[in-house]
Amino acid sequence: MHPAFSVIFLTTLIGAAQGLFLALFTAQSYAAFKLLPQPDAHAFYGQGSFLALVLLVAGLVASFFHLGHPERAWRSAAMWRTSWLSREVIVLPAFMGLVFLYGLAHWLDWHPVLMTLPGGLPVDPTAILGVAGTLLAFALFICTAMIYACLKFLSEWHSPLTVVNYILLGGASGFTLAAAFASVTAPELVSFLAGWATIITLLGLVSRSASLYRNARLKPKSTLQTAIGIKHPRIVQKTQGFMGGSFNTREFFHGQPVAMLRGVKWFFIVAVFPVPLVLLLSAMHGGTAVLAVAFVVQYLGLLAERWFFFAQANHPQNLYYQSIA
Amino acid sequence: MTQLALVIDLNVCVGCQACVTSCKEWNTSGSAGPMVDQNPYGTDPTGTFFNRVQTFEVGEFPNTETVHFPKSCLHCEDPPCVPVCPTGASYKRKEDGIVLVNYDKCIGCKYCSWACPYGARELDEQQQVMKKCTLCVDRIYDMTMTEDDRKPSCVKACPTSARLFGDIHDPESAVSLAIRESGGYPLMPEWGTHPANHYLPRRKTRIKIHEDELERADNPLKVDRQLPKPAMNEPTLDDVTTW
Repeated sequence: MHPAFSVIFLTTLIGAAQGLFLALFTAQSYAAFKLLPQPDAHAFYGQGSFLALVLLVAGLVASFFHLGHPERAWRSAAMWRTSWLSREVIVLPAFMGLVFLYGLAHWLDWHPVLMTLPGGLPVDPTAILGVAGTLLAFALFICTAMIYACLKFLSEWHSPLTVVNYILLGGASGFTLAAAFASVTAPELVSFLAGWATIITLLGLVSRSASLYRNARLKPKSTLQTAIGIKHPRIVQKTQGFMGGSFNTREFFHGQPVAMLRGVKWFFIVAVFPVPLVLLLSAMHGGTAVLAVAFVVQYLGLLAERWFFFAQANHPQNLYYQSIA
Repeated sequence: MTQLALVIDLNVCVGCQACVTSCKEWNTSGSAGPMVDQNPYGTDPTGTFFNRVQTFEVGEFPNTETVHFPKSCLHCEDPPCVPVCPTGASYKRKEDGIVLVNYDKCIGCKYCSWACPYGARELDEQQQVMKKCTLCVDRIYDMTMTEDDRKPSCVKACPTSARLFGDIHDPESAVSLAIRESGGYPLMPEWGTHPANHYLPRRKTRIKIHEDELERADNPLKVDRQLPKPAMNEPTLDDVTTW
């Protein structure tokens, strides 16, 4: 497939935003149970949510560049019963709304006790918004990943590993960003967030390696024989019916040499996993610059990861476009 | 239920591209149009087409066969491009099974093209909406035309009648008959899309000649061995006498 930068930015930016929100609410939950010191809610949760919101808006803006008719984008909420893309279009603004409300409640220090849990734990609006936001964050990960994983003839994508990777890689970049952000606004949480960022990055390494391993061993289900329905071991395309390009030759081929693909793969393997891991471990107890570099490197790595994700997918329609003349 | 479809006979197609140009001509001026070209006279021309004819070579020299392969939307009975459309612009008509795109609803997200294993959908670069073969829906129901003309324009254009058009759910239709009796097959059956369009294979007329058809097995003289059986390379009575 031809990697579209609009979609690459969309998926990586909202992935980081979802991870950041999950990191904020994880910290809040731990703090509620007195497992973590209570940070400055106004600064850490409030501003952190707005940071997540900025990333979400940036992702949404990027996604519009993928559309031929952005002014009709509102129509795309219609087919949520059958289309994962439609579901994503519904869940993304809903999640943005909840992140905004969650951040606003913390920003305004609005903490009226709505009810008390059996253990004597007070429940305020931010807790309810946080739980709802967490559910929507996971729903959004699933919707985004299922857009790709549900296409059964793109066998590189048609796997539960696609969903796991989207959750873990988005989570990893979000928690790394949260650690960097906490080093400015809530230093007492840095080691907690950097610790989780390390764990999620390691889990992401396992699941992404698993999908790389799986994809390297795929045997294409469709062949030239099934594509034109002729039983003969040797079939060669002589013409594809036109000399210039077409949508079919532009949209489904990345057009890059194999060396480029391999280079991007190794760049993302290094930039998403070992480099941020070393930086996170070295800045467990603070170090804004190091943590910020960890996030930036990991995010650049994820851009490459997403590029590779698209480029690696081999569409069966390519069987029909192997020779110009 | 009706399922309109094309049946394309690869045994007859000569790869003349008449269906390609006829399709483009009809549809660029019809309700699906315009199907605009970019850079048509430049070095890298491109444009929207609903139908293409490709050519494949099967086998190894000297035993090769050239197969011309017309390729358009197959109007699948279970079209994977329809459920993925977020706006509902892509739909399959209940009444005749034609898969269509509502150009006023399409947002040009290209997702349906990813979901089609055949590469049957193209984004129109000028209108920025997804386009594909309509089976000439604006033609086949046009009552101002004579019945003979109410066929897709590719079918009308084909000089060798390689393209048949009809209802594959009607067991007595010409297309059903062709599929049933001439070995019609769908493309990429492994994906379960159940394409409505079928292709008829290359067919050769062969006869099987058994040895006893060349040499009489019931020749009593040879069976009884009353006379020595002449070797096959020896002259026969016909060769040495004039009768």
